[in-house]
Amino acid sequence: MAVDTEKNSYTVVFAVLMVIVVGSLLAFVASGLKPMISENQRFEKQQNILYAMGVNDNEGDSDVSFVPTTEVEEAFSKYITRQLVVNGSEAVERDNAYLIEVQKELVKVKNGEQGELPLLVGEKDGETYYIIPMYGKGLWDAVWGYISLDNNMVVKGVFFDHAGETPGLGANINQRFFMDDFKGESVMDGNTYEGIAVAKGNNDPLNNDKEDNAVDALAGATITGNGITAMIKESLKLYKPYLQTLRTN
Amino acid sequence: MALLSKKDANLIKDPLADNNPITIQVLGICSALAITAELKASVVMAISVLFVMGVGNVVISLIRNIIPSKIRIIVQLVVVAALVIIVDQVLKAFAYDLSKTLSVFIGLIITNCIIMGRFEAFALGNGPRRAFLDGIGNALGYGVILVIVGFFRELLGSGTLFGMKVLGDPIAKTGLYSIGYENNGFMIIPPAALIVVGIIIWVQRSRNRELIEEA
Repeated sequence: MAVDTEKNSYTVVFAVLMVIVVGSLLAFVASGLKPMISENQRFEKQQNILYAMGVNDNEGDSDVSFVPTTEVEEAFSKYITRQLVVNGSEAVERDNAYLIEVQKELVKVKNGEQGELPLLVGEKDGETYYIIPMYGKGLWDAVWGYISLDNNMVVKGVFFDHAGETPGLGANINQRFFMDDFKGESVMDGNTYEGIAVAKGNNDPLNNDKEDNAVDALAGATITGNGITAMIKESLKLYKPYLQTLRTN
Repeated sequence: MALLSKKDANLIKDPLADNNPITIQVLGICSALAITAELKASVVMAISVLFVMGVGNVVISLIRNIIPSKIRIIVQLVVVAALVIIVDQVLKAFAYDLSKTLSVFIGLIITNCIIMGRFEAFALGNGPRRAFLDGIGNALGYGVILVIVGFFRELLGSGTLFGMKVLGDPIAKTGLYSIGYENNGFMIIPPAALIVVGIIIWVQRSRNRELIEEA
């Protein structure tokens, strides 16, 4: 039986069938794989948080190297000692605070509503790390990360990642040569809150100056860099009242 | 007996040289500009497109006789998009690290005009076997140019290949940098890709003058 593929009725039937077939195929695949995908995403979150507090498999000059997926759960419960939700200058303990979706909470805060701001406390070699999740936007898509501070708001480590920055340019925010520069920088300039700027032309490519609240920018990634600057400033600002209470000098 | 007849072998050979999708047909320029700042990204993109074009061409070829011609472009888009999403989901579930490296390319594959071009120009009129060879051939032709452009842009722009410092350390001034060499920052921005592609087009046409279009 030959079908007239030019007829309007055939075209409509074909389109409807195609949508149903492809739609159910995709839905089937997505729901079938969902448990595995969300488990992977949870492990990734743990790896990123641990990375920011310096628990990772980096060796010498190597690329970014996380705690292996198979060991991350154990390492996470070992190093992360307390999980808090911060509200102004107060903080209360909350199980699995690290799973709170920061993106949504930051929007709530921006709209003047009450948001839940997670703060993780890690212990390593007798030192305390206050780890804060961050979320912002780069050039094409979202950027996010974790920053770990000591109780004087000096950076002990960071981790950044992105959804779709340009490979070779903005995408390099998750490379060590960029992230390592943040170590030792302070969020405060004396008693004023400054954040950390990703600065072009700060004439400090080796980042020896730790007093300038700035790190050297990536060439060809101005807007991604500005996005990181804004993300750090906006996210950390909300934690400042609580972090102030921890200061010892 | 040869594995492929001469006609079939040409399906793979032509796009690699005299009918290259980028340098002759000038398709796929957008992704060639966007992702060739480093060699690794070029290679990953080339492999991803190879897969999608091979499979997509076969799927379109199999259903070519029942596709209503009025909505064939939409059908082609649906096939590419569905394939790409399935690949993305499977990678996320079973090879999460790999999927993170690929994430940015997944979206770009859908918009790659070479894929749509080959569906439209070849798969709609040929059997699955020939369509498969055509898809592979064009994806390889695309990939070769991507890798060449990526090689020069990363080498001249960042002094690295696959992220390894092959020319020495630009900050500590070792290797070539100790005698005053500097990375060319222009090479890492997208317009540089156009210039490299332009040079490839020039070289290719000066070696084979039949390719030169009449003015």
